[in-house]
Parts: sequence; C-alpha cells; structure tokens
Amino acid sequence: MTSISDKNGAGHSLLEAAGLTKIFGSLKACDGIDLTIGTGEIHALLGENGAGKSTLVKMLFGALQPTSGEIGWKGKAVAVANPAMARSLGIGMVFQHFSLFDALTAAENIALSLDEKTDLNTIAAKARDIGRTYGLPVDPDALVGDLSVGERQRIEIIRCLLQNPDLIILDEPTSVLTPQEADLLFVTLERLKSEGKSILYISHRLEEVRRLCDRATVLRHGKVVGQCDPRQETASSLARMMVGSDIHVIERRPNAAPATQSALIEVNGLSQKPRGPFSVPLHDIRLAVNPGEILGIAGVAGNGQGELFEAISGEVLQERPDIVRIRGKDTGRSGISARRRLGAAFVPEERLGHGAVPNMSLTDNLLLSRYATDGKVFLGGGALRLLQQSSLVLAAKRIVAQMDVRKSAENPDASALSGGNLQKFLIGRELDRNPAVLVVNQPTWGVDAGAAAHIRQALVDLARSGSAVIVISQDLDELFEISDRIAAMVHGRLSQSVPIEAMNMERAGLMMGGADAALAHASAGAA
Amino acid sequence: MGMFEAILLTVATAATPLLIAAMGELVVERSGVLNLGVEGMMIMGAVAGFGVAQLTGSAWLGMFAAILAGAAFSLLFGFLTLTLVTNQVATGLALTLLGLGASAMIGESFVGLPGVRMQSLNIPVLTDLPVVGKFLFGQDPIFYISILLTIGVTWFLFRTRAGLTLRAVGDNHTSAHALGVRVVRVRYLAVMFGGACAGLAGAQLSLVYVPQWVENMTSGRGWIALALVVFASWRPWRILAGAYLFGAVTIGQLHAQALGIGIPSQFMSSLPYLATIIVLVLISRNKRLTLMNTPTSLGKPFVPDR
Repeated sequence: MTSISDKNGAGHSLLEAAGLTKIFGSLKACDGIDLTIGTGEIHALLGENGAGKSTLVKMLFGALQPTSGEIGWKGKAVAVANPAMARSLGIGMVFQHFSLFDALTAAENIALSLDEKTDLNTIAAKARDIGRTYGLPVDPDALVGDLSVGERQRIEIIRCLLQNPDLIILDEPTSVLTPQEADLLFVTLERLKSEGKSILYISHRLEEVRRLCDRATVLRHGKVVGQCDPRQETASSLARMMVGSDIHVIERRPNAAPATQSALIEVNGLSQKPRGPFSVPLHDIRLAVNPGEILGIAGVAGNGQGELFEAISGEVLQERPDIVRIRGKDTGRSGISARRRLGAAFVPEERLGHGAVPNMSLTDNLLLSRYATDGKVFLGGGALRLLQQSSLVLAAKRIVAQMDVRKSAENPDASALSGGNLQKFLIGRELDRNPAVLVVNQPTWGVDAGAAAHIRQALVDLARSGSAVIVISQDLDELFEISDRIAAMVHGRLSQSVPIEAMNMERAGLMMGGADAALAHASAGAA
Repeated sequence: MGMFEAILLTVATAATPLLIAAMGELVVERSGVLNLGVEGMMIMGAVAGFGVAQLTGSAWLGMFAAILAGAAFSLLFGFLTLTLVTNQVATGLALTLLGLGASAMIGESFVGLPGVRMQSLNIPVLTDLPVVGKFLFGQDPIFYISILLTIGVTWFLFRTRAGLTLRAVGDNHTSAHALGVRVVRVRYLAVMFGGACAGLAGAQLSLVYVPQWVENMTSGRGWIALALVVFASWRPWRILAGAYLFGAVTIGQLHAQALGIGIPSQFMSSLPYLATIIVLVLISRNKRLTLMNTPTSLGKPFVPDR
C-alpha cells in the first residue's frame, strides 16, 4: 500500500503496478513486476513468448488475480476483481486472439462488452461514428465469422473505444495485419495519444516499437529486466534485452543448384470450392519450386493458406492427378502417404492435434508421420508390423540432439513440451528423413526467438542441400530472412512470385493486400 | 365434433410435450451445454405431476410440482457438469437412467389409480365455432403455454440482451469469460430452464395426454425432443414445425392402422420417428445456416482460468 499512496499527488502516472506476482503451480509466470504508465503515453511491453507479458496484462485487466502485489489506478490502490470492473475503471483491452463471437454480428459483439443496456440500433450508429472518426470502417450488420482478421481487429478496437477508456491495452495488434493495415493502426493510436489516452502496447516487433512508443518495459522469465526509451535504442539492443544474449543470425549461402533443373514440386491450376462456411475457395493456383530453393508464401491469415497446404499435402484430394506434381509424378489424387513415399514431407500449422497427438509420447508421434516411408526401420515382424521401440528411441534421440529440443523427461508426451520445443521436434522429425520436398505452414508461430532462429537455419540448410522448400508464413521478417522467392496469397489466389532481390516490405504489403486486383477494379470503375 | 377437428386436437396433444421439452433443451444447448437427460427429467416431471395432482386433487398444483421436479433434477446435472466439470454426455445418460429408475420406484403405488385430468378451456361461443373452435379456444392450458413458450423463447434469444449473452456463451465461452460474463451462472440458469420445461412436458403426459401413471410412460419422447433440437438447427420455429409433424404422423398412422392397412404395425409405429427425422434432415441441408446456428462450445467443459 505504501509504495502507491506515497506517490499519490506527486506523479502523473495513470497506472502503477508494484510487485505483481502470479504463480501457476510451481511456475512463477510473473515475479515482482513494477510498471508505471503515464497519462498520454504509448508504453511498450517487450518480451519473448513465455516472458509473462500476457499474464501481466490479464492481471491488469482483471482476467487473472495476482498471487501478490498491488495495482494503483489514478493514485489509488485498487483490486481489479474482473474485466467488467476494469472497464468501469477505464481500462480497455484488445486481445491478441480476438475475443469475438463468430456466429454473432459486429453490432451484437460490440453490445456484449457494453455494460449499460443500449439497443442494437444505437450501438450500430455509435460504432459507425467511432469508425469514421478514427478511420476504422466496419459494417455493424456483418457476421463476424465472415470478416477478415483486420476487420475483426477493428471491431475489437471500436468495442474498446466505445467504453471511453483512459488506458487501452493492445496485445500484439500487428501480428495479423499487413504492413499497410499496421500503418493505419498507428495513425489511429497516435490520434488516441493526442487525445490524452494512454496505451500499453505489447509486441515483439522491435521496429514498430521504436517508431511508435515513448517508453518500454522489458520482461524476461517473468521479471522486469530493463526500462528504456525505445527511440534511443536499436532493434538489436532491444532484442538483446529481451533475449538476454545475442540472436543467432541466419547464414544464407547462395543457391548452388543449377537453375536448369526441373521443379521438384509443382501446383498446376489448383481451384477448389470452399468446404465449410468459413473456409476460403482457391482460384487457379500455380507454383513450382526448384531444387535448392525456398519459396515463401506470404499473406494475412485466412486467405487460403491452410487450404493450399491441405491440397499440397494430400489431406484434400484434387480432381485431376496433374494438379499437384511431386518430383515429376502426378499426385493430385494420391493420399498423404503416397506423397511422402515420393520424398515429400509436410509440417502443418497447428502443432497440437494436427502435427502431433498431444497425449502420445514423442516416439509414438514420430512413428505416426514416418510409418509409411520408414516402415522397414520402425516396424518389424513381417506382416505383423510390430513397433520397433529401440529404433524409434534412437531416431527420437537423433532428432532431439539435431534440433536442440529441450524436454523434462526421457520420452514425454507431445503436450508436455513447450510450443517452441515441440515445433523443433516436429520439423526435425521430417528433416530427419532428408526430404526432397518440404512444405511447412507457419514454422515459427508462437515460438521464441532462439528456437525460431534454429528452425529457420535448418530450413535454409535443407534447401541448400538440394531440396525444394515451401514456407507459408504470416511473418514477413521471417520470409525475408530465408526465402529465395516470395509470393502472396490474397482471397484464395496466389500472386506471381518475386525474387528476394527485387522485394521490399512495401511491395510485399501491396501484394498481401491484393493491390493488383484493387487497381484493376478501380480502373474498370473509372472507365 | 367432426372427424377433422378431432384429428387436429389429438395432433396438438401429441405434439405439445415434444415442443415444450425441445424448447427447453434448445435454450440449454444455445448456452453450450448438452443435456442428454431430457427423458429422465421428463419422466420425473410426469410422476411428480401425477402424484401431487392425485394427493391434492388439483391438476394445477400437479403441474407446478412437475416444473419444480424437472428443474430440481436438472440442478443435479448442473452441479455435476458445471461445478464438478464431469463429462456432459455421460452425465446426461446417467440422469436419464436415474430418472427412469427413480420414477418407477416413486410411482409404484400410483399404478392403476385414476388420474386428475387438466380441464380444457371452455369459452362460450368461441369454443363452439365450427372446425377451429375447439383447436383454438378449447384446449388444455399446457397447449397454450407451449405456444407462448415458443414465442417467448424466440423473443428472448434474438431480441433481448440476456438472450444475446446466452448465445455468446454458447458460441465461445472463453471470450465470454474474458468479457466478464459469468459463464457458469448463465449455464446453470439455462440448464434449470431446460429442466423446468422437461418437467412441464412430463406433466402434460400424466395430466392431459393419458391422465394416469404408467411406468416409462415418456417412451422415448425425450430422445425425440433432443433430436428435434439438432435437426431444427437450434431454431425455435423449426422445432414447432418438427413437433407438429411428429404429432401428425403419430395420429395419422394410428388411424391408418385402425382402417386396417396391410402394413406391419411395427413399421407404422416407427413412422413418426422416421418421418420427422427425414424431413428435418432435409430442411437442415443448408450447411452454412446450420453451422451458423450451431453453438460452437456445445458440450465443451468450461473451467475459468484464475
């Protein structure tokens, strides 16, 4: 109580947290965190995955109760019992994984977070108003399930602004936006700041933090490890604070394979109707990847990347066999195992439940993707096909050593590994076969910087050894780091690929936003 | 009273218990809870309704007792699945088995006793109107309650703030919790409403349909009500249509059997079940609409993280 009441009147801080601690079981997610946010300030909260950022803001927003420590708001100690109370104090939050309801309209979604009883028409009108003021256009009657990620975020922000908060907490807001959409968001945030509102901005994108934020607090392993003015720092000095050591820089040797070789994987005119209410139709997708090459596929989430992955991997069969060709063979009508036997390997986006069975051990999960291709090694007893545990254990050990997978037990369940370590294992499981073709969707989503660097290096090394690699990712920095060519997916269409030398962030942003189609549309309207 | 009028009345009587039970279950499922115990709650309502009416001589008191019995019985389900977070499917099945057993035990001394029939409405002139008079103005009170219930549930779900909250909890309980909605409380209320409706549906059976107590007298109607909810894509007016279709085929096949059509009676008796499911499957073919209305959190356990 003393630390907060002492400063009462003296400082102009809006929010002050002192010694906030949250313990889950034996894990200290937050350990004695002090944080001060001034009025009219954009304050960055930096840290790697698992550093405790989300836990901290959930406590500030009342979604979690601190084990110890206190929160001061406008000079008074408060106990934020629940999110409704946080909102009534004037704290608003825009979540990273949006807390929207797909089956409800935008206006209904907004209504749910307003405490007073306002009728839907008033809310729709207010939402349009705020949207116009802050440059966030939305259709209040649209079903949220039909909206793009950027539009959903607008709804979240409008929902937050309608409560007229003094402090807005934004959790990784740009991770789902194109660079242009992010620029629009920054304009909105600057405007809010000029109106005297404070913003707590959580991100691991250092460039935008340097550009936007007045102050930064850096967390590592649940503790505050530094405070700084991000504009006085470089991206690498901020990264060093976050990680605690220098980050491995990806080495890229030039592609040594002769360009005349034929493509290892081709997709020829893949079109597909949507298979569910929220799935995306694909239109005439064509691509070809040569040996030694990494093709990066950029795009905002939900533009058909998942559908493309399923078509290439064989989870969804195509109408004609020649739509997907692997090493010169038509495989459009073949299943996953047949494609694997040709030397292809696939790593899906969802680690738990798609890439791995959560409640099965690592060796069992290893067998699941390898029994068809490596049956001779892992299965014995002739027709009985008995599991050869010893060779499975050996292979798992090899992968763990190769990919630096850190685990707590000898052969733990997949769900017991942290996201980064499981991802390293899943990619290592495929690399262990030395595949001729590797297709991977979001290789480093939710993976900490150290593990991400390791995975990226492994992908580059695989390509340089003569394999063809397709990386689907929403992280442009990642694609720039490892790709030889980049294409973008928009509304189920794949753009022409552009060599990395001719690529820059702006061009990537335009491709991801489907600027070509938009321009064609505009000129048609003018004519 | 003409033949047509008589048929119309019996159809309504056969459809009403399904309509009420399904309408209750609709609200439960819209909140994201799957309660397979409808049959058990219904039979508990039937036995409680019959027993109290028998003891007090008042069908009305019997009806209220049935509503309370259904709600109380559903509270057991709520405590197990919402507070102790047991598996909803297994708990619902157990509730049905428990209800069937317990009602048989409670009702042992009721077997063969004459029941108390709920009086039908009788408004001079209106009730005597030709053809529709009896149907519109001469039925039992529970029929009118079932129609009001359909209108009320539609209005509640799609026109009120509380209904919006309930749908939100069913769509995504994690998000609802993050917004500060008290998910478990909303679900408790929904489960109890469903129980009360199932109890009322049971009372209709033992106070109106066949005013006596017969062991296992719900004979699978709770299950049909559950199927109605799913095939009606969680929409109230489709449940009404489905329930009346079931009623119509039930009565139709009885008349057909009486006329001596040469079709095995077992097949005729299964017709209402078959016809209702086929028709509802056909109208729920629009996958998009069905998925939009399907409560996404249905049957998923919720544990707040704090």
